Amino acid sequence: MSAILEPYAKGAAVARADEGAPRRVPVRRQSLQHSQVGPVLLAGIAFVYLGLVLLVPLAAVFVEALRKGAEYYWNSINEPDARAAIELTFLAAGVAVPLNLVFGVAAAWAVAKFDFRGKALLITLIDLPFSVSPVVAGLIYVLVFGLQGWFGPWLAAHDIKLIFAVPGIVLATIFVTFPFVARELIPLMQAQGREEEEAAVVLGANGWQIFSRITLPNIRWGLLYGVILCNARAMGEFGAVSVVSGHIRGLTNTLPLHVEILYNEYNSAAAFACASLLALLALVTLAIKSLIEAHHLKEDV
Amino acid sequence: MSIQVEHVSKRFGEFVALDDVSLTIEPGELVALLGPSGSGKTTLLRVIAGLEPLDSGRIYLDAEDATHKHVQERAVGFVFQHYALFRHMSVFENVAFGLRVMSRRERPSEAVIQEKVHRLLDLVQLDWLAKRYPHQLSGGQRQRIALARALAIEPSVLLLDEPFGALDAKVRKELRRWLRRLHDEIHLTSVFVTHDQEEALEVADRIVVFNQGRIEQIGAPDEVYDHPQTPFVYGFLGHANRFATSIKEGNAQIGAVSIPAPEFAGTPAQEGVAYARPHDLEIVTDPAAATLSATLEHATKIGPSVRLECLRADTQMPLDVELPRERYDELGLAVGQVIYLALRRAKVFPIRAEANA
Repeated sequence: MSAILEPYAKGAAVARADEGAPRRVPVRRQSLQHSQVGPVLLAGIAFVYLGLVLLVPLAAVFVEALRKGAEYYWNSINEPDARAAIELTFLAAGVAVPLNLVFGVAAAWAVAKFDFRGKALLITLIDLPFSVSPVVAGLIYVLVFGLQGWFGPWLAAHDIKLIFAVPGIVLATIFVTFPFVARELIPLMQAQGREEEEAAVVLGANGWQIFSRITLPNIRWGLLYGVILCNARAMGEFGAVSVVSGHIRGLTNTLPLHVEILYNEYNSAAAFACASLLALLALVTLAIKSLIEAHHLKEDV
Repeated sequence: MSIQVEHVSKRFGEFVALDDVSLTIEPGELVALLGPSGSGKTTLLRVIAGLEPLDSGRIYLDAEDATHKHVQERAVGFVFQHYALFRHMSVFENVAFGLRVMSRRERPSEAVIQEKVHRLLDLVQLDWLAKRYPHQLSGGQRQRIALARALAIEPSVLLLDEPFGALDAKVRKELRRWLRRLHDEIHLTSVFVTHDQEEALEVADRIVVFNQGRIEQIGAPDEVYDHPQTPFVYGFLGHANRFATSIKEGNAQIGAVSIPAPEFAGTPAQEGVAYARPHDLEIVTDPAAATLSATLEHATKIGPSVRLECLRADTQMPLDVELPRERYDELGLAVGQVIYLALRRAKVFPIRAEANA
């Protein structure tokens, strides 16, 4: 408080001591005060809030993970069940991300460059996973493909297992992550319009040449950005995957599910060790995202 | 190469963009499609290029039916209103694009591409910008690069959509003279769309005036300007005064003035409209002659001529009059004064002709 008030007093003193000096000296000090205190205060609040809500927990993850030493940490993430979980997580993301990349580009291309019936409906459907709780998404698959579900008997008769098996996990992951690429690209492609593509076709380019030489280069940063977000979500997804997984250790556990199991078994050091991998993924994602944005900004200037 | 448009119609939902349009463009001509926005001129250009499918009618390029030919195969040069330069490619690559996407059989060698692109950049006087990117160029430079890019595929016709629309007035003037000279050099059949009458009058060999999806008039610039065939053309091309008139026995009566309208000699009496350019109204000092009396409200001196805003005494309608500066000084007119106007020339239309204007 006194630190804030001090300049006022000083300004007043200067004005009094030097009778001929312009009167606005204290006023200027005051306005300076205003312009500094406001932003600093706001930024301070933001930092404190973020620190409490984000940074402290993030740090806690790493501190807890390493509580029992580096060797324990290494063993926690290297034991067979953990490795199976890591592999399954990569598999699910490895299938979901490329599929949603193709779907996202195709959907964005259709929405942004063509007019057709049902366009508004398509855009709404793309947003569906954002508005539906992941748990509900998982349940839908159980209801449709589960043993008691619509296609359950047929699938069982043909010895196809989707629910409580790897395909179900991949399906749930695809469902939850499919808006990311499309959502990133649609506004971008809409803003870019059709003129460049039209110019290319008039110059004799065929469909593939237009896509690979004009459209793709124009959307590449947005596309990369969407893929990274999509990947982060695919690897971190818990709710939908949890419902369809069945939690079979070493078989249908993804990394987030594995963390939960370990934690429920009071093996918190191992749980945090695995959680730290996910946290690391988040940090790497963030770093790449910032790099892309910086690069993008530079290119735009 | 000639362009023939035969009975072309095109709708966008309920909106009629082109209504049974026919037009022939001779080889080597530079034609302007002129009209207000929404009159169908850009649609026609896009239909010729193949960018827009037509509902009915045919398009012939060099007497060959191109109606169902894909854009990619029509080999037309198209310059877009907002340039549509490929933003991620250098100027050089933009111009080279049309050559690089050719099938392997037709594609020229890298050396030929290099040579050709630099020649085109020389033609538009921008070879020094080859390594730049579109966002580093001014509007006028972008437009010229877009033109060079369109010419790279050696198109048989060049189509330009509002080529100078997005440029400021000074650059626009320079560029359109430059385009005219360029056309005189290369003699490529060219069609450009514009809503700027001055641009059309200055650049084109022939002007096609569009209104509501139809062609109002086709003709050389001075012909269209001096002899408008419809009320719309009168109103759209240059300034014109409009008079309500009654037509009887080959004469049109405007207030106290009667002007001959021989084309209506055999028709029954009817209401009509007459149009006269501001410089076709002459100030006379003798009120006894057949004249319209008006009050002088305002005088604007622009260079060698003076533009007067007047108010007709009988109908209270505004009139524009233009006269040489010398004549104005000689008459010694003052604002508020009553003047007498003789109609040196006017064109009379039946009232229904105005329905589309």
